Parts: sequence; structure tokens; C-alpha cells
Amino acid sequence: MTSLMDHQARETVGYSFSESTASGVKQHGFYPYTDNGGSTLGITGSDFAILAGDTRSTSGYNINSRMVPKVFKIGGDDETGEGANIILSVVGFAADGTALKERLDTVVKMYKYQHGKPMTVSACAQRLSTILYQKRFFPYYVHAILAGLDEEGKGALYSYDPVGSYEREQCRAAGAAASLIMPFLDNQVNFKNQYIPGSGEGHALAAKKAEPLPLETVKGLVRDAFTSSVERHIEVGDNLQMVIITKDGIQEVYHPLKKD
Amino acid sequence: MDKIVAQYSRPSYQNVYTEQDQQELTESLPPLSLKFALPPVANVSYSNTNKVIHGLEAGCHELGVSGQSSGGPRSPSSQLWRPELPAERPSAFLRAMTDDHSNPSCPIKLAHGTTTLAFRFQGGIIVCTDSRATAGNWIASQTVKKVIPVSRLSRGEDKPTSEPTPGLLGTMAGGAADCQYWLRYLSQQCTLHEIRHKRRITVAAASKILANLTYSYKGYGLSMGTMLAGVTPQEGPALYYIDSDGTRLPGNLFCVGSGQTFAYGVLDANYRYDLTEQEALALGRRAILAAMHRDAYSGGFINLYHVKEEGWVHHGFDDMNPIFWKTKLESGEFSNVTSEL
Repeated sequence: MTSLMDHQARETVGYSFSESTASGVKQHGFYPYTDNGGSTLGITGSDFAILAGDTRSTSGYNINSRMVPKVFKIGGDDETGEGANIILSVVGFAADGTALKERLDTVVKMYKYQHGKPMTVSACAQRLSTILYQKRFFPYYVHAILAGLDEEGKGALYSYDPVGSYEREQCRAAGAAASLIMPFLDNQVNFKNQYIPGSGEGHALAAKKAEPLPLETVKGLVRDAFTSSVERHIEVGDNLQMVIITKDGIQEVYHPLKKD
Repeated sequence: MDKIVAQYSRPSYQNVYTEQDQQELTESLPPLSLKFALPPVANVSYSNTNKVIHGLEAGCHELGVSGQSSGGPRSPSSQLWRPELPAERPSAFLRAMTDDHSNPSCPIKLAHGTTTLAFRFQGGIIVCTDSRATAGNWIASQTVKKVIPVSRLSRGEDKPTSEPTPGLLGTMAGGAADCQYWLRYLSQQCTLHEIRHKRRITVAAASKILANLTYSYKGYGLSMGTMLAGVTPQEGPALYYIDSDGTRLPGNLFCVGSGQTFAYGVLDANYRYDLTEQEALALGRRAILAAMHRDAYSGGFINLYHVKEEGWVHHGFDDMNPIFWKTKLESGEFSNVTSEL
């Protein structure tokens, strides 16, 4: 058996996927994770929430696909996600992301069947945290963002680390280009380091207060964030998927991004 | 002999609980669940760690179950490939994947770094924290709520009221998820205690639930340094420090986190038990400010709480920058910083 599977005897072919490593003698490292690249971003307003992500899937320097969406509808009635009131974006290791999305989808559906009412976003947010923490010692390698409308109809957005610590925020970027997008969002959504001109001299200068932005402005910010990330990050590109949740339901749109 | 028995036995009217009731009450905490998914590991026996091995077996089984949703026939094949994997324990695997000290290029960066403080004084307990979460050099968030109410779950939310909210406060330092998850677990246990015994849990008891918990997970790589503060009729104002090593200490004054030394410096210099409420609030804020200034892993907003007899009161979540400049320009502190170039 060992001679048939001998690693040395086989020809090396330049596959993009890793070759079978079955061998009787060689010790292998256990490395169960791959970073599939890409970036996601979420922003909320007074009556809407947007989740967006690029659709490129990479491993290393290979682009494996140009159309792998990262934003999912959670708890819909059918496979199209019709009737959902919660959306989830996952970036990091795509296989873990899919597994996580399937799990949360099942939980939200079971809740609806058992209680006869849709799960609130805050309840779903807490549940997602627990799901992530259940794998504390073998984490899902994902950064998740959950969005929907809260009980008052305001946009709600929750961001997570891989093991389930979470926080409600106005905006959040995750994934490969998070460090490029997040500072832009701080400035343009939360008005960080923006001051009111003429309100004072030096330290008396008054900071500009953050307030919810209208939908069209936010759509513009999302597109700007992604077109700029494509220019400076190799793992971001191909298409921009934008999922917008309002009281009228969920709207999903795609915009082309550069394919290089 | 009869004299001794009489001396130590209680009169029967105090025995309101039957033996079975007592049994149920002492077993009120559910047995610890080790049903966390664990990485598949080699079938090697560690002679002195039977409990860990038991946990591993359960974890592998769990993994097989969860594998069904992603559509892979795991359980039979895992029996075949498992022995070929390196002999790793979950903590070693976790360290390779998540720890940013021994392995700076690890794929999963968890939120770390903090300054939190709490101290007892004549008017109750002051609890104060920064709000920064870092993952390596990246500032993951500047708006983390590091003070977590540990009380009835329905009352746990931060409300904009100025009325005191009954219950305990917990602080988080170390892994953000570990603190959030286990303080929530503690909330649940405290609520159950309240329902079972018709009175609020003491801080001593609550802190012991948490300390026993962290001790039972010792070696698994949990990371938390937390303080529990509360005022109860039995104990008065009480403050405990609990960490992931299983340490549990009562005390008057604690600072926890990467900026603890800076906070201790300010706090120790100015702390007195008979501080007024306003002085105590100002001192808590000032100590955190010092830590935010000198510790790169601390920053953001100053989160300030006061625990009184009636419950805790929130005293603001304020941006440190204006407070820093106000402190510097009005009281002449921080003279190492120039206000003009």
C-alpha cells in the first residue's frame, strides 16, 4: 500500500488544488483553513440596512471564481430567500462561511415554525454569537456581519469576530480590505475627525455629530469603497453584490467591478 | 456526646427543605457541558489527562454530527484518517491558529488588549473601562462595551434611564468572546438562582460560579480577566477578581489588562476609602485616561459606572480626546504633551 501511494513515484502535475498527501511515513501539519479573500461591508440608516460584498473567490494568488456571493438571506421561505427579514455576510474561509450560513438559516426557520413568528434581529444576533462560540476550540474562520431592521424599524447591524464576540454598530467592513475600507467609513459615516468650520479656534473646534445617512448616499459610499479597494487589493474584484433591507423587503443588486 | 450533637444540630423548625429539596438545590448548576466542537486529533493517550481525552472524544463526535449539514460522510472516514494527524491537543491547535504572541502570522486574530478598573469606596463601587479592541496591530473596534451587566437577562440592556438598575456588573479583559459568552452564562445562572431562592445572588457566590467554570476549562486556552462588582444586603459593596487561570480574589481595588500598571499608578496615588462620589468618579475616569494615554492597546471611549445599594448607574460613554485636552489645559497635567507644535 505504501509503495502504491508513494509520493516520490508520482508525477508532479501543476494542479491549482493541493495534491493528495496520503503517505505512510511523512508527517503532515494539520491545516484545515484557507483564506478565500474578498471583503464585505455593512452600513445602516434610519429605516434601512445594506450589506455588500465582492464576489471574487481566491486561494493564494489563484482566482478560483468570479461569482461567489458572500451575502445571504437568512430564514427565507424557499431557496431564493423570499420572505426573509435578516441578512448575513461572511468573509474568510468560504467553506466555514457556508456551513455557518446553513446553520443559522436552519435555526431561524425552526424558530419561525415553532413560535409562529419571525425571529427578531436582536435574538438572531445573540443566537449567531452562541453558534460561533460553540466552536470556540475549532473556530469558524469567518468574520460575520448580520443585518436587518430592529423592533422600531431602524436599521440594525451586528458584527462578529470568529469566536462570537459581537457588537451593534452603524457600519463595519470585514475581510481582506477591511483595513482600507474601515477608516473611510469612520470618516464618511460616523464623521470621525470632521469638525464644524468656524465653530471655534484650536481645541474649541466642535466635532461634527454623526447622524443616519439617506439610502442613496449610503449606496454611493458602498460603491466608492469597493471600487477603491479593487484598485489597491488583489483579493477584491469582479462584481459587487449589494443587498438592501427596508420595510418593503429585500432588494439585491449586482454591479460590475474590475476583473484584473 | 449528646451535648455536642445538640450544640451543632439546628432545631427542626429551621429545616424547611426536605432532603430531596436540598439535594436538588445543591445540584442546581447543570453539569458542565464539554460539547464544544474540537479539532480532530490523534488517538494518543495522555495518561494524566483523562478528562481532556474524554472531552476530545466528545468533540470529535460532535464534529461528525455537524459535518452532516455540509454534506460529507465524515464519521466512518474520520476513523481512518484521524490517527495520521499530528498528536495535538486542542490548546496547541488553538495556539497555532489564534495566538498572536507565539505566532504573529496566525490566521485567526482575536480581540485583545484593554484597561479596566474597579474600586470600592464609602459610596459603593466605581467601575471604569476603555473601549478599544485590537487584533494584532489592527484596531478592531473603538466602541466596545467592556462593562457587562450581570443581572436578570431581561433587564441586562443599557437603558437611557438615570434610575439605578439592580444587579451585578462584570468587566471584560482578554478574549472578547470568552468574556461575553461566559458573563452571559453567569447572568443565566444568577437569574436561575434568583428564581430558585427568591433572593438575589451574592457577589461571592456569583464570582465562585465563574471561577469554578474557568478552572474547569484550565488548559483549554480561554483568556479572560474579569471583575465582578455588586452591592448585596448580605455583603455590602463587594468586588471580586476572576481570571482564566481560575484565580478568584476579593479586594478593594483592581486594575486588569494591558494598561493595568498605568491605571494602578494613578489610582494608588490618589485612592482613599472615604472619597466622595464625585471624587471617586473623577478618579476612575482619570486613571483610565492615563492608561489610554500610555498604553497603545487601550483607547477610544471612557465607560464609567457607579454601583450603589439600589443598583448600578451609568455615568457616560465619553470620547477620550476632548477629556484629555480638557484635563491637560485646565489642570496642567500631561505636561509631556505640547498643545502646539
